[in-house]
Amino acid sequence: MNKITTIRGFLDFIYSKDYAPVESQISLIYEGEITHQIMKAFTSMTETSLGKNEESSSVSKKVFSVMVECLQNIGKHADAENVIEPEIKRGIFLICKSEDNYNVITGNFIDHSKLEGLKHLLENINTLNKEGLKELYKNKIKVATISEKGGAGLGFIDIARKTGEKLIYDFIPVTENTSFFILKSTVSRNSLN
Amino acid sequence: MDIINIIGTDDIPSVILDAANGKFEMSGRSLPEDVSAFYKPILDWMDKYSESANPKTVFDFKLTYFNTASSKIILDILMKLEAISNDGKEVLIKWHFPAEDEDMEEAGEEYSEIVDVPFEKVKY
Repeated sequence: MNKITTIRGFLDFIYSKDYAPVESQISLIYEGEITHQIMKAFTSMTETSLGKNEESSSVSKKVFSVMVECLQNIGKHADAENVIEPEIKRGIFLICKSEDNYNVITGNFIDHSKLEGLKHLLENINTLNKEGLKELYKNKIKVATISEKGGAGLGFIDIARKTGEKLIYDFIPVTENTSFFILKSTVSRNSLN
Repeated sequence: MDIINIIGTDDIPSVILDAANGKFEMSGRSLPEDVSAFYKPILDWMDKYSESANPKTVFDFKLTYFNTASSKIILDILMKLEAISNDGKEVLIKWHFPAEDEDMEEAGEEYSEIVDVPFEKVKY
């Protein structure tokens, strides 16, 4: 098995775990540092390609917004495999299209110190329906403060709300102190929600 | 008061804050690289404005997209407008949204549920 933190290993993982159908078309896959400029380039490329594919503006906007939140999450919060380069926010980003969906799948390191908090948040989000997510969002935005990293702590809730789908995720232990966090967000191409 | 006039790009909104001409508007997309740095002058301006606000303030939001970090700051701006309204000044928030954009419509609806200030949704 190839290492999960490489593109080869990442693809092995997502196909073997059914994160994406093998016949889906990958329009973008990237491994490396995620900066604001890269986020802008990727979202702009994807908007152009969705426009060419004549996706509805509602689907395009949802894909755009999921991409922004996922890429900013990595760009702000990703940890490093080792502490030598803690400031460099690396990750894997993939977007693929199947007959019914766009899947945005990301992977990045997370320190084990943050693992339980993140698991708890994601589990909680996945138990909630549309109304529950709306309440959670409203309650959180009232008390949120913009962290030093520049986030409001609302990204995952927003993804769940905009897509109307459960978040699919895994944590693969890589070192004693870090795991690789894999997250799939699904935007239905027939989305009317 | 100084006028704030920011020309939007693909990641920052256009912002006009002009007390003398009664023009208060944010439009476009908001996903700045550093949300706190971008919005600080705007929030500071609002604080200063609230000390001697016009008898009537109509604030137009014509955003087509904002990320979650911006959504928190937009709430901060709305809360400052709510405070002006609580001081006995007339305040109206006009939330413009594209006809087919339910997410943007719903975002306006939620803000109107959180802040207690006259709120008008305008479809375009």
